[in-house]
Amino acid sequence: MKKIQALVIKELGSYFISPVAYVIIFIFLAVAGFLFFQILSYFNVQSIQMMRYPGLLDRLNLNDMVLFPFFHNVVVFFTFLIPVLTMRLLSEEKKLGTGELLFTSPITTTEVVLGKFFSAALLILVMLLFSFVYPLVILIFGNPDAGPILTAYLGLFLLGCAAAGLGLLTSSLTENQIIAVISAWGILILLLIIGWAAQSVGPTFGAVLRHLSFMEHFQSFSKGIIELKGVVYYLSFIFFTLFLTQRVLDSQSWR
Amino acid sequence: MIEVENLTKRYGNILAVDRVSFRVDSGEIVGFLGPNGAGKTTIMRILTGFIPPTGGRAILSGFDIMEKPLEVKRRIGYLPEHPPIYNDMLVSPYLEFVSQLKEVEAKERTREVRRVMDLCGLTEVENRLIGNLSRGYRQRVGLAQALLGDPEILVLDEPTIGLDPRQIIEIRELIKNLRSEHTIILSSHILPEVEMLCGRVIIIHEGKIVAEDRPEHLQSTLKSSDRLFVQVGRAGPEVPESIRRIPGVISVFTEEKIPGGYLIDLERDEQKVREEVARVIVAGGSGLLELKPIRMSLEEVFVRLTTVESGSPEEGGKFS
Repeated sequence: MKKIQALVIKELGSYFISPVAYVIIFIFLAVAGFLFFQILSYFNVQSIQMMRYPGLLDRLNLNDMVLFPFFHNVVVFFTFLIPVLTMRLLSEEKKLGTGELLFTSPITTTEVVLGKFFSAALLILVMLLFSFVYPLVILIFGNPDAGPILTAYLGLFLLGCAAAGLGLLTSSLTENQIIAVISAWGILILLLIIGWAAQSVGPTFGAVLRHLSFMEHFQSFSKGIIELKGVVYYLSFIFFTLFLTQRVLDSQSWR
Repeated sequence: MIEVENLTKRYGNILAVDRVSFRVDSGEIVGFLGPNGAGKTTIMRILTGFIPPTGGRAILSGFDIMEKPLEVKRRIGYLPEHPPIYNDMLVSPYLEFVSQLKEVEAKERTREVRRVMDLCGLTEVENRLIGNLSRGYRQRVGLAQALLGDPEILVLDEPTIGLDPRQIIEIRELIKNLRSEHTIILSSHILPEVEMLCGRVIIIHEGKIVAEDRPEHLQSTLKSSDRLFVQVGRAGPEVPESIRRIPGVISVFTEEKIPGGYLIDLERDEQKVREEVARVIVAGGSGLLELKPIRMSLEEVFVRLTTVESGSPEEGGKFS
């Protein structure tokens, strides 16, 4: 446990001593800010237009018209940033030869994987905390329902961790960071859009595809529902990718 | 203590290490010598548990590396060929991190890090980014890392590579001082270094041990004085002539730099031949001034052992 902690502190130190963490957080916030501004101005225009039709006014709702589209758009960009965070975690150890220290120290591969994963998870948490300024603006100047904001954040965090698990897995497979990030992106795109195929493959298989989709599960979180199957989906995805990563590391030291 | 039995490592079709067996006692420094690609690094990686052997056993401090890898790793300090350093870390946090990996007690940690930094002369760079350090300092950071936690066994892959001559001397002193309470395996290209530091040398070539002995023995076994040097007071054409006629002498060359000096190649070093050479020169009245077998330096031993001679497959056991 102490070794996992040491590894987490070391990794977070590397993130913040190099510009990586700052650049990623900055870009994430800038893009999220732009999306937020666009959605909010659209909402303003709509509210002014709707003044003319008092009957429609109760349809105007900050949760549905600002926050839901905001989270819905942010989540895609957010997902694609995660493999950038994780790409160096294991591939660099291999490339720089520092793995030779790590894997000749009295530390198990499970501890290595967990240490690396937790450091990425903590960085994701930091990213999400900073992005809270946007919903905060709405909370201060409007009166949205706070519940869906919190569940959306829970969903973002779980989804981010799942993407981190996948990123860690691809990072363990190669010593080239570009290959690690591109292959993680490929799998993520597939997982994001796999639900699209659901309509055309019949009801049974369609349900399976929908259940596999990253987006499908996030949707209920952003609507304010914590669905057990969503939580289970993300947690089992994390467990599965970390398990595979551990197997990859083990097999590399036994080849 | 290290015991290695029939260690074999195969990469696909390439046999990197071929049935290597040796033993290193506590307090001993053993040097691995061999050309690049001989298998030194592979053996070290197996001993430290970084890669598994294809066959054979390695027991370090009483634990089998295959069965109890963590126990072995607790007792080993390893400096790989490329120092395992993170360029984006400062020197002392890096050593703190490694000391945590190596299970140094929390309350001992600061003192232990300070100790290895003093030993390796890193105190003046403790707050510098490792990536900005010179080659020599990086190597020393790598060495410091291996010494953390004072492990029983040290495995050092080319410990003095990239250092300047003054640093080389310092590091050699350091290794010598570690000798008493550690078991050390080091590899090197630099023969005088091995000669100076190691109680025993293992010469590895193409994954096999071709010779294993104390450095001075290796030299004398192989001094194999196929060659004699003689100096005579009155040189003349009849001197080489008469020597050449002695049975067992292959050829005689004039040593240009020394007046009256000759180099004599023998079929093999036999006392009889040497006696005969002396007798012939004295009888010829040329005035024998000096006669000595020419010792091969460890360099020459090394070149000789690692130069493949066709038709001598059994070379291996000859010197061990």
